Parts: sequence; structure tokens; C-alpha cells
Amino acid sequence: MLIDLQNVVKDYAIGSEVIHALRGINMKIEKNEYMAIMGPSGSGKSTLMNILGCLDTPSSGAYRLNAKNVGSMDDDRLAEIRNREIGFVFQNFNLLPRASALHNVELPLIYNGTPPAERRANAEKALIRVGLQDRMTHRPNELSGGQRQRVAVARALVNNPSIILADEPTGNLDTRTGDEIMELFETLHDQGNTIILVTHEEYIAEHSDRIVRLRDGKVERDEAT
Amino acid sequence: MAAFSRTELSEGLRIALAALKANRMRTLLTTLGIFIGVIVVTVIISVIQGLNHYVSSEFSSLGANTMYVSKFPWIIRSWEEFLKYQGRKDITEKHYRLLVKNATLAEAVAPDLGTNRTVKYRTESLNNVYITGTTEAYLSCANTVPETGRFFSDSDVDLNRAVCVIGWEVKDKLFKGEDPIDRRVKIGGQPFTVVGVMEKRGNMFGQSMDATAYIPYTAFQKMYGSRRSLDIQIKAADPEKTDALVDQVTGIMRQARGLTPGKPDDFAINQQSQIMDVYNQMTRTLWIVLIGIGSISLLVGGIGIMNIMMVSVSERTREIGIRKAIGAKKRVILWQFLMESIVISGLGVTIGILISLGIALLIRAVSPIPVYISTYVLFLGVGFTLTIGLFFGIYPASKAARLDPIVALRYE
Ligand SMILES: Nc1ncnc2c1ncn2[C@@H]1O[C@H](COP(=O)(O)OP(=O)(O)O)[C@@H](O)[C@H]1O
Ligand SMILES: [Mg+2]
Repeated sequence: MLIDLQNVVKDYAIGSEVIHALRGINMKIEKNEYMAIMGPSGSGKSTLMNILGCLDTPSSGAYRLNAKNVGSMDDDRLAEIRNREIGFVFQNFNLLPRASALHNVELPLIYNGTPPAERRANAEKALIRVGLQDRMTHRPNELSGGQRQRVAVARALVNNPSIILADEPTGNLDTRTGDEIMELFETLHDQGNTIILVTHEEYIAEHSDRIVRLRDGKVERDEAT
Repeated sequence: MAAFSRTELSEGLRIALAALKANRMRTLLTTLGIFIGVIVVTVIISVIQGLNHYVSSEFSSLGANTMYVSKFPWIIRSWEEFLKYQGRKDITEKHYRLLVKNATLAEAVAPDLGTNRTVKYRTESLNNVYITGTTEAYLSCANTVPETGRFFSDSDVDLNRAVCVIGWEVKDKLFKGEDPIDRRVKIGGQPFTVVGVMEKRGNMFGQSMDATAYIPYTAFQKMYGSRRSLDIQIKAADPEKTDALVDQVTGIMRQARGLTPGKPDDFAINQQSQIMDVYNQMTRTLWIVLIGIGSISLLVGGIGIMNIMMVSVSERTREIGIRKAIGAKKRVILWQFLMESIVISGLGVTIGILISLGIALLIRAVSPIPVYISTYVLFLGVGFTLTIGLFFGIYPASKAARLDPIVALRYE
């Protein structure tokens, strides 16, 4: 089993007030699943993604990733997991604005000490996989929204992670470009990757094998499509 | 903290340089405090070193173990003091003779009378030649020897002969390659036979020690009168017993001048060390000023760096979030920002040292002080760079390193 969440709770304290973002999530995810997370705004989708992506740790409950307990890890160990096991795709791309597409994709490899030649070769391969072979030296502001998101997908892929996490990856894109990105995810899934994505759109969720619906920090429904 | 990989180190440096390049003007302004501090410190250190070198080389031409008995002390602090010394009885030949006879700890005792006169040879003439009336003992006291010919002997002195020894510059200017020995020159209009030429002695405090001529003090007194106060040079036989010699000379002088116990000395025994004391006191003040100005400007510079680093961290919060999200560890972020502050302070120190170098060359060109920047100043520069960069960079850098990636990613 790839992911095992047991009664995961996440509380945020704002002043004296406590916000219960997640109120006990139980979930198992297998390798090569393609899962969509849906739910109204504020239902805890991003919070759940952050925990799955080891950007954050649960307030209580257990999160096992590849049978390792993430809750007991320190910051540097979490950084290592994010680097090797997780590929993030964000709604607003989150690329380094002053770096070329190639350098953006190389970044995760820099942080795990991959030697320069290998780093470059792998980054180029990832960019070719997302169809950007002739845009490698361009900076993000020289690329369209769809192209930027492809760079982000390439960056997520480059380390061959266990999971690709995408929080509303088409949220900032028009429908046609969004469809292109979804096709890309489909291909990656076919190639054996595990994909978890958050979306508001039913037709986008249709691409997945399984839809989890959240409401008020709880799983409302969890069903195969 | 675990060791850095080479990739991490070079990436940190690359990011730092790129960030500084993107804000050239801001970077340069930030270094201002540092480089002014460095200029102040290196220039003052170099000037003090140059002065030390200058003063000690000047003094080396004065006999190191020689003291000067004189009516006036070398260091006079006020006009009133001057008037007091002015009123003292002259030091005369009588005192000189008593010292020759009784100063048993002395190796040499020489009278010293001096004045400026014109020296002429045939049609050539040289103004402002310093004429010294003395005896052969002067050679010991001043630690010098004739280059050619001889110095006048005691019998020349006793017989009051019109002989002279000329300085190197006098030979050079008046004789133009001709051998001066046994030639007749006129000193202040009076004829003298040249018996020797002194070795080249160089300058002391900007004054040539070679535009000189030496004549028997008896001849000097005959020409310019015997009613002027003498200086008496005394060289210690044993440098270790200089203080004992001072006591002995004091005793002889007090007795000769009829001073009863309790009365203050009415003569001065001048020594090189007294000037060195005043000089050292001066440079001590300079050191304190140096440390004060230096540390204030470096502090200001350092705070400037800290401030700009705080700005840099907050401007790049989102970038930090992205880097952390894809696996940058704390120490990598820490290093990236520390590198940036070290590069800024290094830039400041480098500019500072370069400008100081220019100032040092300038001072050397327009003054006799041999100001130079020694290599240890460069090491000091590297030390400053690391210290300031680390000290003032550590807070902003650790702030960046501790950022929560989720918070940082949300930052607009
Ligand atoms: N860092 C945070 N601090 C405080 N409250 C937060 C934080 N992140 C999320 N929340 C709150 O937790 C709840 C769930 O948010 P989120 O997971 O972003 O929802 P979604 O992505 O489904 O819109 C919301 O009420 C939100 O305001
Ligand atoms: Mg969200």
C-alpha cells in the first residue's frame, strides 16, 4: 500500500479560535491509482493535499507513506521525502520567475545532489515528456499558462516520485489548455504513475478512477467512477 | 549540521550572485558602510605603520645611545616654558671639559655648536649649509665616519686650525667630481681647508644631513663668538648603563652649576626615547580613534547588510516556499542567504581595500611617509568579510531557513 491515512485531524489555531480543517480522514491509496478530490471551497482539500505532500503534518492521527510514519519526521527528513517521493503541481504554477524552464526542472535534482550532467539529461527528458523540447531555455514569463503548467508537471516528474499531487492544476487555465494538461496526466497514469488531483470540475474528475468528496473536513463519499 | 554537497554549495553561490546582480545599485549602496569602514581602518593602520617606519629610520641616523646636554629640552609645551628655559644660564666650554674629565661611563663627549652659512668654492656656492663646530668625538656620538680623507684631530681643535670636513651634498654641489681634499672653501667668508668628506647620511625629518660642514669648535667660537650656549653630545660606553650615565652627568652638571639639593635642574638631558614617548602617545590616540571610527562604521555597515537581507528574504518568501516544497533543506536555504550577505560584505571589503590602496599610493607620492598596505591587512579584510557577513547575515538567513513552506507559498 502506498498511502494509509488513519483518523487524520488538522486543526489551525487563529488567535484563541481553533479551525478544524480536517476532522478525521481515513483513506488508503494504492500504487498507480488515479484519484480526484472534490468538495466545496473550505472543505479541507488543500489541507489534505499538503499533508499528503508532506508540506504539513497532521495534528493527530497517522499518515503512512510507503509504510513510513510521516508524522514522526523532522523538517529535513520531510524535505527529503518531498524531494524524492512527491511531485507537486500547483494551481498557480509556482515556478522560479528568473530561471529558465530547464533550470526550474533541474531544481529538485540539485537538492538531492544529482551530478550536473545527469541532472541536465534528466531535466531535458522530463521536458520532452511534456512536449516542451523547444522551450527549454525560455523563462516562465516567455511561456503561455499551459506551457508553464507543463514545466511544473515536468518538474514534478523529474525525480520519478511515488505520487504526483496536483491542487487544482487547471484552475488558472482555459478549458482547452486544461484538457491538454489532463491528457498529460492520463498519459502519466498510463505509464504507471500514481496521481491525486483536486478539482472543482466534474468533467475533469471523470478522468480519474476514484473520486473522494470532502465536506467540512470529512470524507462525504469515496467511490470509483 | 550535516556537510554540504558540492551541488548545494555552488547552487547557493549561484543564487546569491544572481540575486545581487538583479539589484546592482542596492547591493552597491549596501556595501557603502562596509567599505568606508574598511578604508578608515586600513588607511589609518597603514599610516601608523608608515609613520613608525619613518620615525624609526629617521632616528637610526641619530646615535641610539647618545644623549644631548642642552639649555633647552626638546619638548617644550608652552611659551611660558620657553621663556623659563631662555632665562637659564648658558652651557659653556667649562661644562664640556668637566664632562670629558668626569663622565667615566661615557665613551665619547663632543661639543656641538651649530649655525647655517653659505659655503663657497671658487665660483660655486651653496646656501644654508649647516655648520657644526665639534671635535672628533662627534663621530662616535653621531655614529658616522668620513667617506674620504679624515676628520679633524684633537690637535686641529687645540690649535684652532681652519680645517673642515664637508658633507656629501656639499661635495656634490660644489666640486662636481673634482677631488675636494686639500682644496680651500669659504665658510661664511672665512677660508677653510677641506680634510675630509663625510659619508652620505640622508634626511632627518625632511632636513638633509648631507648639506653640512664640520669645523673645530674652537674655530667656530672664534668666528661666531664663544658666548653662545653649547650643546654637549654624550655617548654611553655601555648601552645598558645609559640611565647610570644620565645620573652621573646630572651630578656633574648640578655641581658645576652650583645647584643646592632641592633646586631643580637648570639644564636638559635630551634623549631619543623622550621623543619616542611623545610619538607613542600620539599614535596611541590614533589607535583609539581608529578602533572607534572603524567599529562604528563597520557596525553601521553590518546593520545595513542585515537590513537589506531582511528585505531580500521577505521579497523572496515565495521563492523560498517553492524551493522548500521541492526538497530544499533548512541548511540549503540558510547557506543561500548567508552566501548573499558574505558576498555583499566581501564586495564592500574589496572595494574598500582597493580605494585604500589608491589612498596609500597617493600619500606616499605627496609625503615622505612610506605608507604601504601590508599583506596582513588583506587577511584582516577576509576576516572582516566573514565576520560581518556571518554575524549580520545569520539572523535573516535563519529566518528564511525556518519559514514554513505552506505559509511561504501563500505569500503574495
Ligand atoms: N494555514 C492556515 N491557517 C488557518 N486556517 C487555515 C489554514 N489553511 C487552511 N485553513 C482553513 O482550513 C479550512 C480548509 O481550508 P482548505 O484546505 O484550504 O480548503 P479548500 O482547499 O478545500 O478550499 C478553511 O476554513 C481555511 O480557512
Ligand atoms: Mg484549496
